[in-house]
Amino acid sequence: MSEVAAETQVKQKGKTKKMSTRVDFTPMVDLGFLLITFFMLATSMSKPQTMEIAMPSKEKVTEEDQTKIKASRAVTILLGKENKVFYYEGTRENNIDPVVNQTDFSPTGMRQFLIKKNYEIMVKVRDLKTKKDSKNLSDEDFEKQKQEIIGDKKAPIILIKGTVDSSYKNLIDALDEMAICNIGRYAIVDITPFDLELLAKKL
Amino acid sequence: MPKVKIKRKSTAVDMTAMCDVAFLLLTFFMLTSNFIQKEPVAVNTPSSISEIKIPDRNIISILVDAKGKVFFGADGQENRVQLLTKMGAAYNVTFTPAELKEFSLVNKFGVPISLMKSYLALKSEERDLPQNALGIPCDSLDNQFKSWVSIAKGVNREYRIAIKADQATTYPVIKKLMGSLQDINENRYNLLTSLKNTPDYE
Repeated sequence: MSEVAAETQVKQKGKTKKMSTRVDFTPMVDLGFLLITFFMLATSMSKPQTMEIAMPSKEKVTEEDQTKIKASRAVTILLGKENKVFYYEGTRENNIDPVVNQTDFSPTGMRQFLIKKNYEIMVKVRDLKTKKDSKNLSDEDFEKQKQEIIGDKKAPIILIKGTVDSSYKNLIDALDEMAICNIGRYAIVDITPFDLELLAKKL
Repeated sequence: MPKVKIKRKSTAVDMTAMCDVAFLLLTFFMLTSNFIQKEPVAVNTPSSISEIKIPDRNIISILVDAKGKVFFGADGQENRVQLLTKMGAAYNVTFTPAELKEFSLVNKFGVPISLMKSYLALKSEERDLPQNALGIPCDSLDNQFKSWVSIAKGVNREYRIAIKADQATTYPVIKKLMGSLQDINENRYNLLTSLKNTPDYE
């Protein structure tokens, strides 16, 4: 250090100066922290999250190939303006329109209905998860068994339809609800005149 | 009584340890983080509970701002050169080697192919100005977006499509994009979101 260097200078007057090998590290520390600051500002630690979706292909499907979903299992979610959501079950039968309910994306809204609708499967998935958490199940097996459970034949089928007034956020929220409520079968579908008619009646 | 001599302590501290710490942190940050990519428009992604991470390479990133303007970007400089050459051939625009080189450095762009030449002539800081961020046409009359994606897919089969859209983007814009992707048989893609906590039902 500096005082050590001074001492040696006093002692060895006249002789060839022995330079201290000590280096002052302060500027190097400054440099180090400067670089850290730069990297913290110019980089991001987290990779963006992503949601993987698979859409149906547009290829023409013949009538008999199409799987007609049972109206009793179908739930239609309509994304309205100002984050409003409307849903109804089934479709028009014997000239009686299905009841359209209005709700929102809060935990007490849409989710309550979906949980009720998909209760059995949610319970099964939860059991499976406890099994995984207690280390009795590998991640791979968990995923496989989960897919089997949520692909259950009796599970509800959700159709997500966005109106022109809805936003991308609504769509993501709706897809999120599907993931939260363990719904295996859902699709993003174009809105039909029938849906618009129901909506117009509701509003 | 002997005089109590107060020893004067030096205020200089050994900086070696601190230097070690600083560089250790520096190394950590350099290894764990990745550079923020410059984007032509600010996009505020919606949050979701999905925890799947996007892969690092082979990404076609599609950026949609709140007004519905579409931006396109594909990674890999070699691929970009091929992409622009083929795209130019499809739309009867020939690009000089210098322009191709310039294009290979562009991360994301949002201009119609007819204006691509003048866009590439701009300085990089001028490119993101609002008047130059026009968005790629993707309506049914002139769907250049579709061509970009299908040609990029032709250049590199490994490409995955990632859509990053703003929360406030209206649904019809997204539907139009999804429809265009459906037309070229790209039915699997990723929607970029930021993280939100999963509610637990125990």
